[in-house]
Amino acid sequence: MRNLLRWETALVFLLIVVALTGQVSTDGSFLSGGNLFYLGLDIGEIALIALPLTLVIVAGEIDLSVASVLGLSSALIGWLWNAGWSLELILPTVIVVGAICGAFNGFLVTKLGLPSLAVTIGTLALYRGLALVVLGDTAVADFPASYTAFGTTPVPGTNIPYPIVLAAILAVLFGVALHASSFGRSVYAIGANEEGARFSGIRVKRVKLILFVLAGAVAAIAGIVYTFRFSSARADNGLGLELAVVAAVLLGGVSIFGGKGSLFGVLAGVLLLGGLRNLLILQDTSTEVLTIVTGLLLLVSVLAPSITRRVGTLRKATP
Amino acid sequence: MDRPPVVALDEVSKSFGAVRALSGVSLRLLPGEAHALLGENGAGKSTLIKTLAGVHRPDSGRVEVDGSERRFSTPADALAAGIAIIYQEPTLFGDLSVAENVFMGRQPLGFGRRIDEAAMHARTSELFSRLGVRLDPARPARGLSIADQQLVEIAKALSFDARVIVMDEPTAALSAHEVQRLFGVVQALRAQDAAVLFVSHRLDEVFSLCQRATVLRDGEFVWSGPLTDETPDSLVRRMVGRELSQLFPKEDTAAGDVLLSVQRLTREGVFTDVSFDVRAGEIVALSGLVGAGRSEVARAVFGIDRPDGGSVHVRGRKLKYGSPTAAMAAGIGFVPEDRRQQGLVMDASIERNTALASLGRLSTFGLLRRSSERALAQDWAVKLRLKFAKLSDPVGVLSGGNQQKVVLAKWLARKPSVLIVDEPTRGIDVGTKAEVHRLLSELAGQGVAVLMISSELPEVLGMADRVLVMHEGRLVEELSRAEATEERVAMAAAGQAVTR
Repeated sequence: MRNLLRWETALVFLLIVVALTGQVSTDGSFLSGGNLFYLGLDIGEIALIALPLTLVIVAGEIDLSVASVLGLSSALIGWLWNAGWSLELILPTVIVVGAICGAFNGFLVTKLGLPSLAVTIGTLALYRGLALVVLGDTAVADFPASYTAFGTTPVPGTNIPYPIVLAAILAVLFGVALHASSFGRSVYAIGANEEGARFSGIRVKRVKLILFVLAGAVAAIAGIVYTFRFSSARADNGLGLELAVVAAVLLGGVSIFGGKGSLFGVLAGVLLLGGLRNLLILQDTSTEVLTIVTGLLLLVSVLAPSITRRVGTLRKATP
Repeated sequence: MDRPPVVALDEVSKSFGAVRALSGVSLRLLPGEAHALLGENGAGKSTLIKTLAGVHRPDSGRVEVDGSERRFSTPADALAAGIAIIYQEPTLFGDLSVAENVFMGRQPLGFGRRIDEAAMHARTSELFSRLGVRLDPARPARGLSIADQQLVEIAKALSFDARVIVMDEPTAALSAHEVQRLFGVVQALRAQDAAVLFVSHRLDEVFSLCQRATVLRDGEFVWSGPLTDETPDSLVRRMVGRELSQLFPKEDTAAGDVLLSVQRLTREGVFTDVSFDVRAGEIVALSGLVGAGRSEVARAVFGIDRPDGGSVHVRGRKLKYGSPTAAMAAGIGFVPEDRRQQGLVMDASIERNTALASLGRLSTFGLLRRSSERALAQDWAVKLRLKFAKLSDPVGVLSGGNQQKVVLAKWLARKPSVLIVDEPTRGIDVGTKAEVHRLLSELAGQGVAVLMISSELPEVLGMADRVLVMHEGRLVEELSRAEATEERVAMAAAGQAVTR
């Protein structure tokens, strides 16, 4: 626990460093209201998906299909809109479909006992493929401005984008679920010692199934946000986004082996990752470099705990 | 017996931070002797063994091998000096053969630096025959029983020409038959002039195997000498430093209603047609060899495994198959066999572990009441006399006995009407053991139905109102307290029961 606190302190410190260097190197435009608005927009989907994914990873599982669910939900919005459905009907439908995608992952993991890594690599391809079947490589863009404004304008009188407001509300809900509820206790126990959790009467399979359903549903919500933000429903929306989300969660101090981590850390991780990417974009860095940076951050965050532990034992060995 | 010691520790001290694990401890191991190392948990046995093994370096004092001082900086140094450690649960390479495990990293090479399998197998067989046991060198290590895995480790030690073999609680997970075979191996080692340091909590084994013993208490040397003039009581007094009036204080209680009724329970290939009742106020022991299916029956009753047939009733109500939640709701508590894997979440705190089986009761609308959680843990820590620094410390830092108390607290907090305990005192010290026995006795006195699985016959005979004996997945004998003797239980466990 103390290790974790130290990691979160380090993250906050890093955030300040990135903010200050950003501010200096961009002559003050990094922390300007306009840029913060775009930064917020840019991390909206990552922040949303990172919330349920944190719980999934704390429980010792992983869901790599989230970005494909995002794409599928975007494709569905376009298809149903073309078919003449109203958005009031489309949006709940899409969220339900996302939940079903998550339930399918959860079913394969809990009922058939398959490893979630393999399952969700499979459904990563499957759901993206379904998205292409639904919408092909066309784009649907004629959504009413009242909806696209959700992804393109700030809350009146502020620089806060609506998706961030949505993410903040969900963050509170997920934070309470993970840190203050009996459900959250079960999630930690499962991640730290699944057998022990089962011997304590925790319904391991049910908890995991719920987590996968949540991940699917929130990924679909992120798909809605993404679609309106770009006013464009496409099957390849959010391609590869799972990399950024997993990187942010691990950077936030969640152990890839389960049982450890906090939602506060993950939010700091999302901000740090988003801030770095935004800063690199401001300096006209190519997308290839962005991907490389994201990948490196993922590696560093996986390596960091084992390095700090080794340093710790070295210190103990030589008093 | 006046030969010089093979290995001697002289006034060895070792501290970890502010904790003094060993202070001025001496130990002499003579060639050809089996020497018992005794002490409660936390007495310093592990530290002493790890000092011998080269894992820890002593802060002061000398380690001598054949009369000359040695300083081990790695376990490899100790092994090179002829000191080998056999741990309770060896870690072999499951996919490699027995012979490859014995000669790991030193396989005999043949033409073109290829591993000479024939020579390796022959040398492994020779090592086993020196130990007087038979084991196929070519078979993979996976699937070997713990007893056989220990033999592989002992053969490996011999292949290093080890003359001091330390066995750390080797019998804890062995059946009676396997213990006898291990004792034969120890005799073979003694005949070859090796010294065996034997660590065990089971005094009957110590007396039947060892010639001399050394007792530690709280990191200090208490006594060392021949066992000829000692009795189990006198040794326990030396270990505990106080009198233990009675080790197994089960009081007689009038048996009440049937609380747990198991009828024709079957899990194919594991156990067959198991039927028994446990009444309120009773302690019923489920005895038998390791592997007879005792723990498996308990797991099925609690719903961890799904049985293929039969039924479990609690207070007359049938339980759903394969649901620990249903078993708990019906009032069953289950203290499992493997404390570290099944009983506890080692990284989590004492209070979180205590609360883990009571989360529903400690929550309002799904939100956990932290203060209630803490109060629950505090309450049980006091009731069970738990030794701890902070309730927020991970249970992993506690001693084995205190960890077991946390597991017990976790289940007692639910006020179970049926309590199943699987090896409740395995690997815990004498003092805590007596406390656990008193606790079980008290629970029975309060009308709890207790089903106890134990491999220790004295515990079974001392605690149980009735003894059920399993052999190869079947219940073969039921003995009342008056009928139960060591011989009858052991005979039944070996499949020689007089027909029921």
